[in-house]
Amino acid sequence: MTDRCSVSKGDGVIGCLTKEPITRTTLALFAGASGDHNPMHIDIDFAKEAGMPDVFAHGMLSMAYLGQLVTGWRPQAQLKRFKVRFRSITHVGEAVVCTGRVIETKRDEKGEVAILKLVAANKLGEIKLDGEAEVRW
Amino acid sequence: MLDRSLIGRRLPSHNSQVERGQLQFFAKATGASDPIYYDRAAAIEAGHPDIPAPPTFAFTLNQQSDDPFGFLRLLGVNIEDILHGEQEFTYFSQIYAGDQVTFESEIKDIYVKKGGALEFVVLQISGTNQHGEKVVELRNTTVVRRAEHAQ
Repeated sequence: MTDRCSVSKGDGVIGCLTKEPITRTTLALFAGASGDHNPMHIDIDFAKEAGMPDVFAHGMLSMAYLGQLVTGWRPQAQLKRFKVRFRSITHVGEAVVCTGRVIETKRDEKGEVAILKLVAANKLGEIKLDGEAEVRW
Repeated sequence: MLDRSLIGRRLPSHNSQVERGQLQFFAKATGASDPIYYDRAAAIEAGHPDIPAPPTFAFTLNQQSDDPFGFLRLLGVNIEDILHGEQEFTYFSQIYAGDQVTFESEIKDIYVKKGGALEFVVLQISGTNQHGEKVVELRNTTVVRRAEHAQ
């Protein structure tokens, strides 16, 4: 289940998407569904052996969430480019909050393109991923 | 230090089948709310030929090789020493359930930051569908943490 959080629609805001807190089940399902079987995300024994206190979320899970924010705003066929930087680890129990806004528009040979600034953070506002997308509109 | 002479090295290409059931599983695992990503009838109603692959799914398709972490072995890196640094997709056409996508990868760059404590490997991967149409390009940046350099 997900819900759309309420944000003001000013300043080019395209919306906000708050996901359910990440559980070990989320990570097990995402490992299977995404084909990323890196044990760091699903096997606590492996993670501890590698010096981590616990397993942590796949960065691509949060990128998929940001993708949902963008395709909830404009149809996916209009998405030209999508890029993120993974800034910090997302831990079990954290809920990812995705926000995006249009920071500029440009024209290319096929028409107008919006440049979006995207952020995935936890509920405290600590940034997990940030990035950009280019979307036709 | 990673071997920078591997820049330009091409990795074995591979072919991935886009399975409808896997797209539905991916939608469930990511809590997708838009039914076009899990319900074929809803996708067709919205004008698609079948369920579309969501924006990051090409990464998953590319992982479906026999040896998705083979480039780490080539570089002499252990899987517990890596983090995902950056990920970029450039889209040319939509991927749908039933498509076959062939992926060709190349080690595009290797560079160092923080005095050798962090090394970066950039793979550039292009995906072409069964009609010979380039559908997507990926740029995957992997961070390698070198414990012996970390302070």
